[in-house]
Amino acid sequence: MPKANTAAQAGEDLVFTRPNALADRATHYCPGCHHGIAHRMLAELLDEMDLAGRTVAASSIGCSVFLYNYIQVDTVESPHGRAPAVATGIKRARPDKFVFTYQGDGDLASIGMAEIMHCANRGERVTVVFVNNTVYGMTGGQMAPTTLIGQKTTTCPGGRCQDREGSPIRMAEIISQLGGTAFCARGSLDSVKNIRQAKKYMRQAFEAQTKGLGFGFVELLSGCPTNWRLNPVAANKRITDEMIPYFPLGVYKELSGDDTCGALVAGEGK
Amino acid sequence: MSRILVSEERCKGCLLCTTVCPVEILQQSERLNQQGYKVAEVPAGSMDKCTGCASCATICPDMAIEVWRSKKPKKAA
Repeated sequence: MPKANTAAQAGEDLVFTRPNALADRATHYCPGCHHGIAHRMLAELLDEMDLAGRTVAASSIGCSVFLYNYIQVDTVESPHGRAPAVATGIKRARPDKFVFTYQGDGDLASIGMAEIMHCANRGERVTVVFVNNTVYGMTGGQMAPTTLIGQKTTTCPGGRCQDREGSPIRMAEIISQLGGTAFCARGSLDSVKNIRQAKKYMRQAFEAQTKGLGFGFVELLSGCPTNWRLNPVAANKRITDEMIPYFPLGVYKELSGDDTCGALVAGEGK
Repeated sequence: MSRILVSEERCKGCLLCTTVCPVEILQQSERLNQQGYKVAEVPAGSMDKCTGCASCATICPDMAIEVWRSKKPKKAA
């Protein structure tokens, strides 16, 4: 049980505090940014599944670039979009380690599209956490492949036009079609109920790896109040009203029974 | 009695917690923290309404809230 900041009073239980795998420091994220929630869910699962001691993370470029400052596991900083390739190398060299990547939508769905597709198609025993906030956050709010139609960004100031830039990419649906994927789901971080459900999805994506079934993928719809030019409460409302109808939540692929995606990595799951 | 503890140095004043509290006791205070954010608080006297549901802590992106829940009284044998 993680240590509480204050002493218990008589007749009460500590029900919520910082997980051990999450560093005790302030994050650099903007107020209302959902990266903090995603980090906490990751750290809680690493604690609950007792994985923190044997985890290697491959972090990405974007606002989540400082993942290594917050999650108390060994982390390799990957070139932009190449985290699935780096994770593949780590997992093949050290199949006993738990390997996950944490990527944003500019990183995973744009520049890293080739890496994520082939990593999933090969059925690498890694887990990918994909945080989709429909913009390039760190570089100042440029249009990403997931930017919604009509959404204004610094590189499409008149709003994204379907004829000119195409439709937003639905990554969870694409990944679910690939043969190596063992678990694929999309959750959202806009409400307490959705956050709790998203954590269950993330747990199943972790288990796809720990049981040696195949590639695990979880997409998290999250907010970027700064680049959406909204306050945090309005940004959450935008996820509910605009993002979830276009990016439906739910499980897109889940292996049943004793199915696995081939036996690529020997020794995993034993 | 259930209660929450808001870490004022970690709070960024995003006020997401105020939107999810089922008993609506969280609100923005007039106090600024070191970063200049107006922090969330539970006004004095309202804390005994807290149910310990941990919704505020679940949606807090900055781990600024710690939740203590009162133990349920054991049934008489």
